[in-house]
Amino acid sequence: MSVPLELTGLLKCYAGQAVVDGLDLRLAPGRCHGLLGPNGAGKTTTLRLALGLIAPDAGQVRLLGHDLPDAAATARARVGVVPQNDSLDPDFTVRENLRVYGRYFGLPRAFIDARIPDLLAFAGLESKADAPIASLSGGMKRRLTLARALINDPELIFLDEPTTGLDPQARHLIWQGLRRLLAQGKTLLLTTHFMDEAERLCDVITVIDHGRRIAEDSPRALIAAHVEAQVVEVFGEGALAWKPEAQRHCQRCEAAGETLFCYTDTPQPLLAALEVAAADAGLRYLQRPANLEDVFLKLTGRDLRD
Amino acid sequence: MIKSHGFAPWLAVWQRNFLVWKKLAAPSLLGNLADPMLYMLGLGYGLGGLLHDVNGVPYLHFLAAGTLCYSVMNSATFETLYSAFSRMHVQKTWEAILNTPLNLRDVLLGEWLWAASKSLLSGVAILLVIWALGLYADFALTLALLPVIVLTGLCFAGLGLAVNAVSPNYDFFLYYFTLAITPMVLLGGVFYPASALPGWLAAVAAWLPLTHAIELARPLLLGQWPDSVVLHVAVLLGYGLAGWASGLRWTQRRLLR
Repeated sequence: MSVPLELTGLLKCYAGQAVVDGLDLRLAPGRCHGLLGPNGAGKTTTLRLALGLIAPDAGQVRLLGHDLPDAAATARARVGVVPQNDSLDPDFTVRENLRVYGRYFGLPRAFIDARIPDLLAFAGLESKADAPIASLSGGMKRRLTLARALINDPELIFLDEPTTGLDPQARHLIWQGLRRLLAQGKTLLLTTHFMDEAERLCDVITVIDHGRRIAEDSPRALIAAHVEAQVVEVFGEGALAWKPEAQRHCQRCEAAGETLFCYTDTPQPLLAALEVAAADAGLRYLQRPANLEDVFLKLTGRDLRD
Repeated sequence: MIKSHGFAPWLAVWQRNFLVWKKLAAPSLLGNLADPMLYMLGLGYGLGGLLHDVNGVPYLHFLAAGTLCYSVMNSATFETLYSAFSRMHVQKTWEAILNTPLNLRDVLLGEWLWAASKSLLSGVAILLVIWALGLYADFALTLALLPVIVLTGLCFAGLGLAVNAVSPNYDFFLYYFTLAITPMVLLGGVFYPASALPGWLAAVAAWLPLTHAIELARPLLLGQWPDSVVLHVAVLLGYGLAGWASGLRWTQRRLLR
């Protein structure tokens, strides 16, 4: 199979400021590719460029073998998109939403109608087929948006923060759906702010910041390459004051809010010191393996991006 | 892979709006009809009773053409302002469509032709009343009103899409109503012949598209072939096309930058 999406040296500027700055990205077929970055890192702009909605100032976009933006319409016929904002049609029922969306692809009515039962089953919305959109829960709306993106049986699916605002139960249902799509051989491009989601679903993750790629690998390899194996989080009233002491027992120590994040490959000395000091210094602590969030924060910093 | 059959992409947008309209057809038609009918019958009989004939015909007959054009203008304007704005800005319907093979040109073409279709329906509804009340001189000539209605609908739908493209919110539309629609209703010859205006006001009125729609419609109802047909058609078409093209450009700037 060919490369579903290839971005080469992509550049997009707004008011002289590069939002996407020489970005390269290459998706592997049948895999889930995560695109992570803080707010304003250029994720959504990258997706819009990749869909041919906007033209880059420099660089190339090749989507399913077509050069964009010229052949955008042809390429988009085989792509599904789950946008960040809810854009279901509130004037229609669940079934009508799928039917009307299928028409935008020029699909024959018979094909669309034959496909709708499968999509309703995929989304777990069989009993809601004729319900108005306003009667759906947030989770149901997202599942319908996902089902809508599949109406044209796409090879590649763009998912822009598909689980933002959902409760854990609803998120698990979406994840289950995405894994089924991967099992069918679809390629996914996922942006998310949930690191557990990316760690769970993605085969490859690209971390971008300021429009540039700053790291790319499998979640496991990123963790191994960028952070120490274990993290001890120290919190409580005296946590910040204890930082000099913590630093003597770990490789790296960062303060965020009222919490110390102590990174180390050998946590025993630190844990021993904490056991002695905890009660007097007003400390509480927990130990856990390092995860993707630690990598993300190390690479993009702890400063707030608004 | 599925093979898409040949289709006009804008038609999918037109159909989407038609399906929504179908759900609310009865109240929508009633709304389209009630307001202009009240104007026409209320003013026609009420004010008409106080007046001598206007240009040799009863005031109600005179008012019919103005009401027809005004109603078509209103229908196209409301559809391309409030309804289109909801789809573009609030419901994000256009953004969802842009993720499919359709582009913004297809969307705006579908919206333009839809608004014109809807205003055609409003116009035909008024025309049916005009026929039923016998407010015409020559039935055959009134058939020529159908293309006038279509042209008027396209004109105001195009202008509406241009205004829609630059509106930050619903409140902004008030500027358009105050600065464009209301002057047109009051100066364009809906309620009295434009010739009654002093020279400088008549000169202003000559620039307003509604004036030209009425210059076409009124003679057709009163049994004459209109003067300067080419000029009037060109003005309506010019405003419509310029409006639509600007609307497309400005909406591209708004959504696809």
